[in-house]
Amino acid sequence: MKVLTANRLADGAVVYLAVGSSWVGDLAHAALADTPEAEAALTAAAAAAVKARLVVGAYLMPVVLEGDVPRPVSVRERIRAAGPSNRTDLGKQAEATLP
Amino acid sequence: MYRYDEFDQAAVNERVAQFRGQVARRLQGQITEDQFKPLRLMNGLYLQLHAYMLRVAIPYGTLSARQMHMLAHVARKYDKGYGHFTTRQNIQYNWPRLVDTPDILADLATVEMHGIQTSGNCIRNVTSDPFAGVAKDEIEDPRPWCEIFRQWSTFHPEFSYLPRKFKIAVTAAEHDRAAIKLHDIGIRVVKNAEGETGFEFWVGGGMGRTPIIAKKLKDFVAKADLLDYATACLRVYNELGRRDNIYKARIKILIHEMGLAKYAELVEAEFQRIRGTVALPDAEIARIQAYFAPPAYESLPATSTAFEAKKFEDRGFRDFVRTNLHPHKVPGYAIVSISLKAPGVAPGDISADQMDLVADLAETYSLGELRATHEQNLVLPNVKLDDVYTVWQQLRDAGLGTANIGLLSDIICCPGLDYCDLANARSIPLAKEIQDRFADLERQHKVGELKIKMSGCINACGHHHVGHIGVLGVDKHGKELYQLQLGGSATEDASLGDLTGAGFPPEKLVDAVETVIETYLRLRTGEAEAFLDCYRRVGMAPFKAALYEAR
Repeated sequence: MKVLTANRLADGAVVYLAVGSSWVGDLAHAALADTPEAEAALTAAAAAAVKARLVVGAYLMPVVLEGDVPRPVSVRERIRAAGPSNRTDLGKQAEATLP
Repeated sequence: MYRYDEFDQAAVNERVAQFRGQVARRLQGQITEDQFKPLRLMNGLYLQLHAYMLRVAIPYGTLSARQMHMLAHVARKYDKGYGHFTTRQNIQYNWPRLVDTPDILADLATVEMHGIQTSGNCIRNVTSDPFAGVAKDEIEDPRPWCEIFRQWSTFHPEFSYLPRKFKIAVTAAEHDRAAIKLHDIGIRVVKNAEGETGFEFWVGGGMGRTPIIAKKLKDFVAKADLLDYATACLRVYNELGRRDNIYKARIKILIHEMGLAKYAELVEAEFQRIRGTVALPDAEIARIQAYFAPPAYESLPATSTAFEAKKFEDRGFRDFVRTNLHPHKVPGYAIVSISLKAPGVAPGDISADQMDLVADLAETYSLGELRATHEQNLVLPNVKLDDVYTVWQQLRDAGLGTANIGLLSDIICCPGLDYCDLANARSIPLAKEIQDRFADLERQHKVGELKIKMSGCINACGHHHVGHIGVLGVDKHGKELYQLQLGGSATEDASLGDLTGAGFPPEKLVDAVETVIETYLRLRTGEAEAFLDCYRRVGMAPFKAALYEAR
């Protein structure tokens, strides 16, 4: 199972490709690909977004499902999805706790 | 300190305007990321895990109160309220937006700062002794020579596309606080028998995946020859250094492969050929040295009654003085180190409010000057002994009074996998765990001088190769694993640490570090035998046994 991630060009924020080719900051809303065809579709959509200067450095990243929620396999991607592990007041983990 | 002349300022202003245009063209689609990336890197702008990262140069670690206020402003206005001082005497911001970076650089340019030559295969920001100009053990202030190097290397057309990055460090002191033997070129300012100033050249040092201690290339290079000799060193490297393999492109590999004698022969031939091309006139040296003339020190007694009384009365202050003060060359003054290794704070991190406070303290109590150290701390170089107590109180109240310089909680630590795109493992949380385990200051004092240095990948930004205890985080089958190295040193007795053996998972690392320290305490001949001396005497075997036998 994979999702497609990149950094937004204008501010560098970590984003994920969602269904309908929009880019979201929350991994929970990322489009999942579990076949080579689905991965190819995400990759093609990302290439278009790179060309349209929405994102940079797009790549597929492995996830596992915990319930319905995708969780990154690697430590690196878990940190990208949350924020620095030493500063829970920063990054997406901090945004998630906002009222 | 040095102040920009019209040429310096014009060059930086032009670069800001140029970069503003490049960012606009990137956002408008006139240039691709592949075309833009080298341009942004030339201005210190990286793309990291969570965001862009901007690295700002602090030439030879010297900055003014005004510049520190600007660094605080940038942290507050464009970032998330903090900055990170690095092992290259630079500062990094972890969250700038690309669209803001031209404005950030424009703001920095107003205080003579920029991100130029903080990345790329050029001569990087020259580093030096953080006690330069005030150290009791120095021959003379090394910073004029650093500044001469800065001016010579900035936008140097021949050396802007070297095989790989190139780092120069300069010290003029007996005790090497600039790690010169771990640089591409390390320079020690020396005097010859006639009392003339000259330079001892060391070459081919470095860390990264192939750590090598620099070798002495020449005992004495005369002042007038400094830039011609450096040119010869660089030119031979530029011509013969490998460009086919990024991992073998540093000068240390070239010298290792061709041998020092051959390299020295080629450098000497080139030097003799070009000698006089960029000869440094005495008048120009004097002009640069004038910028670094000692400030207006007061004539003070060597001791301060008030200072001594406060030491007696206040234990916290006594602890601070014990580790964070160093002797100043002028009687009645002290060099005050500000530890950026407070418990629970990532090594090198400092908030915007703290930066402003430090700038105010520099303005009021340190003749306007500050230093950044490669050990990720700050220095107030010119504090009157009479004022140290007041300075300490204000630092303490702002969370900057940590009394641990040189102790084991004064850990050098790269950003690691919490921020860095190159990292394989986290380093900051592990540094914190070690600090927590040894939070008891008395225990730290019992251990004595101990330098722990941690890197989250093989590139060694955390200097793990030269830690008395070095920690390298690696990725093993998708999991973080930490290798231990013992016996490294970055000073005049430079040495590379030895690997203890198999690595440790994160939950076992602090126990392993503690085992090493307890083993040292058991083996040392007494408190006077520091960890490094003990390790050099007894070797790896007892440490290895203690670490692995119980497994």
